[in-house]
Amino acid sequence: MNATSDTTAPELVPRRAGAVAVARRILGVQAVAPLIALVLTSAFFSLKSDAFLHAQNFSLILQQVMVVGVLAVGQTLVILTAGIDLSVGTVMAFGQIVMTKLAVANGVEPLLAIALGILACVAFGLLNGTLVAGIRLPPFIVTLGTFNIALALTHAYSNDLTYTSLPRELLFFGRTFHLAGADFTYGVVLMLVIFAVAWYVLTQTAWGRHVYAVGDNPEAARLTGVSVNRVLVSVYVSAGLCVGIAAMLLAARTELGDPNAGQTTENLDSITAVVLGGTSLFGGRGSVLGTLVGAVIVGVFRNGLTLIGVEVIYQYLVTGVLIILAVSVDQLLRRRRT
Amino acid sequence: MTAAVTALLEARGLVKRFGHVTALRGADFELLPGEISAIIGDNGAGKSTLIKALSGALQPDAGEIWLDGERTSFRSPRDARHVGIETVYQDLAVAPALDIAANIFLGRERRRTGLLGSALRLLDKRAMRRDAARHFDDLGIRVQSMAVSVESLSGGQRQGVAVARAATWARRLVIMDEPTAALGVKETGQVLDLIRRVRDRGLPVILISHDMPQVFDLADRIHIMRLGRRVAVVTPQSHTMAEAVAIMTGATKGELARAMTKDSDDG
Repeated sequence: MNATSDTTAPELVPRRAGAVAVARRILGVQAVAPLIALVLTSAFFSLKSDAFLHAQNFSLILQQVMVVGVLAVGQTLVILTAGIDLSVGTVMAFGQIVMTKLAVANGVEPLLAIALGILACVAFGLLNGTLVAGIRLPPFIVTLGTFNIALALTHAYSNDLTYTSLPRELLFFGRTFHLAGADFTYGVVLMLVIFAVAWYVLTQTAWGRHVYAVGDNPEAARLTGVSVNRVLVSVYVSAGLCVGIAAMLLAARTELGDPNAGQTTENLDSITAVVLGGTSLFGGRGSVLGTLVGAVIVGVFRNGLTLIGVEVIYQYLVTGVLIILAVSVDQLLRRRRT
Repeated sequence: MTAAVTALLEARGLVKRFGHVTALRGADFELLPGEISAIIGDNGAGKSTLIKALSGALQPDAGEIWLDGERTSFRSPRDARHVGIETVYQDLAVAPALDIAANIFLGRERRRTGLLGSALRLLDKRAMRRDAARHFDDLGIRVQSMAVSVESLSGGQRQGVAVARAATWARRLVIMDEPTAALGVKETGQVLDLIRRVRDRGLPVILISHDMPQVFDLADRIHIMRLGRRVAVVTPQSHTMAEAVAIMTGATKGELARAMTKDSDDG
């Protein structure tokens, strides 16, 4: 903006703010720090394992990342509002069981089965959002509750059966195409599209701004005329939609309807991806592009640790340490800000 | 009282009860065009209840509110905003992680014209930054860039953003509820200069403050509240600070007070 020549104007911004603002803007591109972390971890694993740095291995990592990546998009929306969604794993399992059972056991038109499975996940999102916004329950408790409800429904609805020989519509996103010496699934493409859409709505639309504002200072958002409850419900519903799409990708990738899916790693991995991507658990700060990098970091860790022969148990340990480290960094940065 | 000028905003005989507590017992108030009207009073005198009634944050049980000579009522802050009344709160009601322009336009974002705006809901960030910068220029607030996040500003600067937002959207008047309560001495001075400039641009201001020197420095008229009523209207010229405090605490009764409390004794 042009400088005013009015010398009587109060100097509301001292000189210091210039340098700080520039530094903040650079640090504020929240995908940069995780990107550096990603390069470092990749360098580490390529030194330790010859198999790591192959195009085919990267396409494998991306295929492993696609489910958690889409879950993490929804998780990012929720965490930006200073919430958390612990239900994504089992709700995804429920959605996946709904679509596979309907298609395989009940002979429902596969596309309709997929739509109904996604709808089931959206319904869970609506339930989460209504309880959080309407009754003002803590998101942690609400989604811990729906985690268990979805878990029970999954087992009850499937009778603990695993559904196999899925129709080809359900397998579409697991199919691969060849590009630059590696195989990519259509699911990976869909994941990237979802990240792009999420980036657009979060940064280029009023709704996105309101999501940030609600997580940043809900009272200020309310006083300036933002409908906080409506934003919260729409965020949890959108997260439910992401979970539903992830359910479809999971079925396509595993070629199964598995009632035991989604109970352990997916929840934590989606949260880890968001936090590693630089989004604050306290809400209002972060970016969905950072989440993409965070999800790839999670995938690289799992893949790399397997390649260098670390047992699964210790992979959990590493993930646990990783998420605590990331949250600590967030907390430290936050303390410095205030 | 100046009966010749039509009050921009007028309250007559407002009553508000909270259970057994009566916060307002027939409070009057009027804001004249182009003035800064301050409301002072001891804790519990009813000034914040009065201001909430004027900004739509709560509804009085009895009494009338008149805007530009027309009877009106506000069912919510949204109603008040709709007719051009903006409020600045003491607790820095800004979103710190968003930039200045985003805060100015929060809840009133502007979209691009054409399909980009209607179908893709694309924000017109450039226009919002440009307009926010223009408003800041008009108010004489200097900032480096509208793209700076509010959290990188000091408390006074943040309140500057809140005041600028109110001045941007207020078509009729701005209510400032203890706007400097959370600020240091120097920052308070900056915000007070800003409030004066808002008035000089033609927007009348209702100022609630417990800071006597500030009130006497800034206000054109001072409404003194006591026990749920306005007991006196004074000016910095007609009364000293000590006299105003005496009326406020009930040590002496204002002229209005004598006339109005004849029939009831203060409890």
